[in-house]
Amino acid sequence: MLTLAHFLTLGAILFSIGVAGIFLNRKNIIILLMSIELLLLAVNMNFVAFSRFLDNMDGQVFVFFILTVAAAEAAIGLAILVVLFRNRETINVEDIEELKG
Amino acid sequence: MPNAIPIIEIVFYLFSGVATLAALGVITSRNPVYSVLFLVLAFFSSACIWLLLEAEFLAIVLVLVYVGAVMVLFLFVVMMLDINLTKLKSGFASYLPVGIMVAAAMAAQLLILIWARGSGSAVLVYGDSEGSNTRMLGEWLYTHYLYPFEIAGFILLVAIVAAISLTHRRRPETKYQDPSRQVQVKRDERVRLVKMDAEKED
Repeated sequence: MLTLAHFLTLGAILFSIGVAGIFLNRKNIIILLMSIELLLLAVNMNFVAFSRFLDNMDGQVFVFFILTVAAAEAAIGLAILVVLFRNRETINVEDIEELKG
Repeated sequence: MPNAIPIIEIVFYLFSGVATLAALGVITSRNPVYSVLFLVLAFFSSACIWLLLEAEFLAIVLVLVYVGAVMVLFLFVVMMLDINLTKLKSGFASYLPVGIMVAAAMAAQLLILIWARGSGSAVLVYGDSEGSNTRMLGEWLYTHYLYPFEIAGFILLVAIVAAISLTHRRRPETKYQDPSRQVQVKRDERVRLVKMDAEKED
């Protein structure tokens, strides 16, 4: 029998894999963006699970908004990536150091 | 009356296993194209798990919007850019220990929190939900969340404008009209008076 903890465990595992992805692929912006998508997916999994088990629609409405914002974020992020590659011929994070942040 | 074959459990473990392996593939695969395809697999498996949770609308939205639009955008960008892969992968091994350590610590903390408190012991039961999920989500969106819903639409509009204005390139050879120059034009720029002597007819 499936409990709330099963779904939360899956969300936790996906979230940890996303965090590990950010650490492992520190140079490749595309994989960094994909890791962020994984993190958002894990959070959405928790929202849907809580929404189902607490019998409350608020969680699913939130997932709806998260998906909207994530789509906008991916579109703008990839647009910036394309402009960056057009000007600098690289997507390596270590080559982008003008701001010295 | 429990079923003889726990079909729901089998489906859950199958899809969550596939989702986990696909997520591992996303962060470890050598080629970004494979990463995108693994991410598609992870999203698809998660959509199937959302179906188990009776969130049908969001599951379909995840497949249609995410797999159908966002991941295709990713794939398009990955294939359009000519990336030097060996240089981007060079620090992978040196980051591996700290990455695994942080992720394992985080997973351990989360799992201890989830399983030790015993608050997540509510059992998934079917058959007590009323009405369709899509209808309920629509009713919530258009009543309690109407104002945020409008803002979400506006965010998408802003994203469209931002993405187009960022990537749009004016080519020097293309001809286009500039309405403000057209309105501001002076007589001298249009008509040129040439002084010359009258010519005699033979």
